[in-house]
Amino acid sequence: MKKKKSIEVTTQTVGRNRRNFLKVSGLAIAGSGLLLASCSDDDDNGNMLGGTFDLGTGDVGVLNYAYALEQLEAAFYTNVVNGSFYASASADEKAILLDLYNHEVNHREFFKAAIGANVPMEQQLTADLEFDFSSVDFGDRDSVLTTARILEDTGVSAYNGAGQYIQTAAYLTLAGKIVSVEARHAAAIRTIINGSADYTAFAGDDIIDDNGLDLAASPADVISAAGGFFVTPFTYKKPQA
Amino acid sequence: MNLIKFLDEFTTDKLQEPNTSRRAMFGQLGSLTKKAAIAAVPFGLATMSNKAMAQSSSSVVDVLNLALTLEYLEDEFYAMALDSGVLSGNAKAEAIYMQISKHESQHVDFLTAAIEGSGATPVAKPTFDFTVGGAFDPFNDNGAGQATAYAQLLALAQAFEDTGVRAYKGQAGNLMGNPGVLTAALQIHSVEARHASEVRRLRGLEGWITGNQRGAGMPEATQAVYDGATTEANIMQGGLDVTSLGSGSPFTVDASTQAYDEILTGDEAVAIASLFIVS
Repeated sequence: MKKKKSIEVTTQTVGRNRRNFLKVSGLAIAGSGLLLASCSDDDDNGNMLGGTFDLGTGDVGVLNYAYALEQLEAAFYTNVVNGSFYASASADEKAILLDLYNHEVNHREFFKAAIGANVPMEQQLTADLEFDFSSVDFGDRDSVLTTARILEDTGVSAYNGAGQYIQTAAYLTLAGKIVSVEARHAAAIRTIINGSADYTAFAGDDIIDDNGLDLAASPADVISAAGGFFVTPFTYKKPQA
Repeated sequence: MNLIKFLDEFTTDKLQEPNTSRRAMFGQLGSLTKKAAIAAVPFGLATMSNKAMAQSSSSVVDVLNLALTLEYLEDEFYAMALDSGVLSGNAKAEAIYMQISKHESQHVDFLTAAIEGSGATPVAKPTFDFTVGGAFDPFNDNGAGQATAYAQLLALAQAFEDTGVRAYKGQAGNLMGNPGVLTAALQIHSVEARHASEVRRLRGLEGWITGNQRGAGMPEATQAVYDGATTEANIMQGGLDVTSLGSGSPFTVDASTQAYDEILTGDEAVAIASLFIVS
C-alpha cells in the first residue's frame, strides 16, 4: 500500500532529546541516515511520550513546518541579541548576529501572516511555540556560534528536503527566496567560527557532497533533530484526509 | 546542441509547449533522477509520488541546460582565475576560489550526467570572454595590474554567484512534479548561495543583499544582477508587505529585502550570461 506522504512527526517529551540535539544534528549534517530510527515518518500514529503533532499535508504541512523552524531560529537569535551577545563578540560578529535576528524574525512573522491568511484555523500551528535553550550557554562564543551553525545548516537542509512536498509554485518560490538567505547565513557563521583555520568552511566538505550538492533532509529527520528545543507540544488537530 | 540555438529555444517560451514524446522521456528522466537523488539525499525519496508530474521532460532538460550553461561559465571563470596568478600570495582568497571551483566543476559533471542520463543532449560549452570585449581584465592579461585585476576577479565572482542563486530560484517552479531533479537543483542553489555569501564577505560586503544594491566596488554593468522584473529591493512576499508585519529592526526596508532573495527569469539569467559568451 502506498504510504501517505505527510509531514508527521511525533514529539517526545522535553528533555530526552534536548541533550542529544547537538550530537544528533551533527549526524544529520554529516548526512547520516540513522536519524530515522528514532522518529521515522512511518510513525503515522505513533504515540510517543507527549503525544503527537501533525503538521498537516501538502502546502499546509510545509507552511507549518517552516513556521516551526523559523520560530525556533527567531527565538534563538532573540535570546542572543537580548543577552547582549556573548562577552567576547566582536563588532563584526554582533552585526552578523543582529542581521540574522532581523531576518529570522521577519521570516517568522511572514509565515505567521501567510498561515493566518491561507490555512484553516484548526490547521494552524500555534504562534507561541515555547523553546528550551538550557543546553545553550548564551555567554559562550562557541556555544552560541555552534548552535547558530547547526540551526542554519539544518534550516538549509530542511527547505531543500521539503521543496518537493510543495504543491503551489508560488510557495516553492517563496521557500527558495528564504532558503538561499539561510545558506548565506550558514556560510557567514561557518566562516567566523573557523576563521583562518579553514577558509573552506563556508561550504565545507563536511556538508557539500562530491556532486557539489548541499544538504537535504526530510521533515521527520529535521524535527527529530531539532525536537529537543521544542517545549510546547504542537497543538493543532490533524486535518481530515 | 548548439548553445545559441539552445538559448533561442529557451527564451521563446518553449518551456510550456506540449511535447509529444513527453511520456517516453519522462520515463527515462524519472528513473534517472530517482537514482541521482537517492545518492544525494538519504531520506524520503523512496516513497515519492510521481502523480504531480505536470512538467514535460523536455522543459526539465531545458532548465538543466540553462543551469549547465551557468555552471560552465562559473567553472571556466574560477579555473582561469586560479591559473592567472592574480590570487597568488592571498591564501584566503585562493582557498575560497579553489573550494568554489571544485563545486562548479562538480556541478558541470552532475548536470551533464543528469541530462545525458535522461537521453537528452547537454548543451555544448560556449566560448567565454570574461573581459567582455576588453572592458575588464580580471586575469591581468592586458596590463591592468594585479590590484585592478584582483578587484575585478572578486567583483565578477560576486556577480556570477548572486546571478546563480537568483537563476536557480527562478527555475524551481519549472521542476515541480519532478522531485528528484527539483531537490538536486535546490541543493545546488543553496551551495551557490553559500558561495555568494562568502565572496561578498571577502569583498567586505555583507553576505546578503540589501535592496537592489550591487554593493561598493561593483561595476555598473553588474546592476542587472540585482534588478530584473522582480528586483532584489522587493518587499512584497506572497502578496504581503513584509515591512508591515511588525515594528523594529526586523521590519525595516533594508532587513526586509535582505531576508528574501529574489528570482531572475530564464530570459534575465540568459541575458546576463550572454554578456560573457562569445559563441
